[in-house]
Amino acid sequence: MCSLPVPREPLRRVAVTGGTHGNEMSGVYLARHWLQAPAELQRLSFSAVPVLANPAATAACRRYVDHDLNRAFTSSFLNSRPTPDDPYEVTRARELNQLLGPKASGRAFDFVLDLHNTTANMGTCLIAKSSHEVFAMHLCRHLQLQYPELSCQVFLCQRSGEESYNLDSVAKNGLALELGPQPQGVLRADIFSRMRTLVATVLDFIELFNQGTAFPAFEMEAYRPVGVMDFPRTDAGNLAGTVHPQLQDRDFQPLQPGAPIFQMFSGEDLLYDGESTVYPVFINEAAYYEKGIAFVQTEKFTFTVPAMPVLNPAPSPAS
Amino acid sequence: MWTDSQRKSDKKLLGEMTSCHIAEEPIKKVAIFGGTHGNELTGVFLVKHWLENGAEIQRTGLEVKPFITNPRAVKKCTRYIDCDLNRIFDLENLGKKMSEDLPYEVRRAQEIYHLFGPKDGEDSYDIIFDLHNTTSNMGCTLILEDSRNNFLIQMFHYIKTSLAPLPCYVYLIEHPSLKYATTRSIAKYPVGIEVGPQPQGVLRADILDQMRKMIKHALDFIHHFNEGKEFPPCAIEVYKIIEKVDYPRDENGEIAAVIHPNLQDQDWKPLHPGDPMFLTLDGKTMPLGGDCIVYPVFVNEAAYYEKKEAFAKTTKLMLNAKSIRCSVH
Repeated sequence: MCSLPVPREPLRRVAVTGGTHGNEMSGVYLARHWLQAPAELQRLSFSAVPVLANPAATAACRRYVDHDLNRAFTSSFLNSRPTPDDPYEVTRARELNQLLGPKASGRAFDFVLDLHNTTANMGTCLIAKSSHEVFAMHLCRHLQLQYPELSCQVFLCQRSGEESYNLDSVAKNGLALELGPQPQGVLRADIFSRMRTLVATVLDFIELFNQGTAFPAFEMEAYRPVGVMDFPRTDAGNLAGTVHPQLQDRDFQPLQPGAPIFQMFSGEDLLYDGESTVYPVFINEAAYYEKGIAFVQTEKFTFTVPAMPVLNPAPSPAS
Repeated sequence: MWTDSQRKSDKKLLGEMTSCHIAEEPIKKVAIFGGTHGNELTGVFLVKHWLENGAEIQRTGLEVKPFITNPRAVKKCTRYIDCDLNRIFDLENLGKKMSEDLPYEVRRAQEIYHLFGPKDGEDSYDIIFDLHNTTSNMGCTLILEDSRNNFLIQMFHYIKTSLAPLPCYVYLIEHPSLKYATTRSIAKYPVGIEVGPQPQGVLRADILDQMRKMIKHALDFIHHFNEGKEFPPCAIEVYKIIEKVDYPRDENGEIAAVIHPNLQDQDWKPLHPGDPMFLTLDGKTMPLGGDCIVYPVFVNEAAYYEKKEAFAKTTKLMLNAKSIRCSVH
């Protein structure tokens, strides 16, 4: 697992993927719309390709058919020999790896933007691999500066020693937009419109980069995972309580030791017994019940992002 | 000699003639259904909790049975396996010959009918509460199927008064073609309880608390009624369904417009002709036509995309109930 260096050439091969989870509707409807009318994805120096990542799950309005597609991009899934019994999403991941990758090769797409929704109150969340992804960090900064009213939070998902498994990791650079709260299977106009505007601004940023714009160094604040907390469960593994009202909807806000985190069906409160303040995210995400996650604990940290080397401007528009 | 049912109706008629109230039989058996839709979690977990520890739903002299109606859908955390359980309690489906080829929910409906029905049967359940969630911003909602049911109008009045200032709305689905054959309709007194907004597959503590309170007040009402309390004539505001409105769709049947931001989350609020209703993917606003104010409900309910319902138009009206008192006292 290595982080690829900052791009030294204009980004030409860019994709925007929706419907990686078939019931996260902003991306589903945007991808479908762009497949009919791709004009708004075009810029002077490149055109972004729209992709409906999980067509079978989208048709059924489900997160996945056999296996979570956004966990299927590890080398063990991508490189093992295909068999007729392979889960639908493993086969699909290999197809997407052929289309947008191959992962970690020189032929991979320059940039993939993956669109997601969450039932958690995460507002506008930008998910990148790590603080070492200089291009992605400058992109996040650009989005934060363009839309201060959105309070875009940056979540760096990769845990050290762990291989990346998500769709946008097949490209040389990638980012996921995670917008919520929105129920699965629901298309909200406000969130749809926000997602569309953010995609346009991402493509504008890539165009600015391709045209030789300078991006100086800056300090960035982000959140990275330090653990997860499951729901309280009975011996049989069923829920014994749910997220406490004082924690519900408080994504990215500090959780202190001793604060209530769960409310049992029998009435009592369970308190957070960690030793330090954490910042919970993905609080009460529907899709995470089966993964044993009531919320993800993160720590907030600040780091310096170096200036991005300026490109020589792109000589001619992309064909 | 007179049959039992003839004696029963004579007593009732006498009660009506000698005083202004309806004399009702005491309530003996109540059921509380959860998991009719397997991904509407509040009812699922309340029922599962009460199956372990039913103390809070017990009332003296009353049998209260919590029950999971669609266990396979609950296990998969999906609305249904083959077909929507809450649409198939009609005579045709209930009468089909039992076979492995029948859809799972049709077989299940027949089992439920035998356990809890038939309506007006000797051992049948008098009242069924069916617990649901919606992704729409409907708050606490009670669903009424019959505008002339004095007992239920009185119950709903009691629940609304007890919950205040927390709003509780009554949705009347009595309509010649739009009414549907619900799971609870096998009881003499069917009560739909719908609380939102809550995403499918999510259990929110605040929504759980609201639904729990609704059930508590409902059971308290039944208990007071059985103890002989007289409930004087009352009136409640209800929202009666007029029409369902689908999303504008393109030539492939795909949704071409979204619920407009001005209508999103505005369940129960008046929508005037000319007010924004839908927003196309190209950014055009589509307004409400016609010349009547309507009150939209089930605005942007996830499960209704496939039923071709973006929202339902309702009209607001008052329903009156006569005084009621349990005939045993």
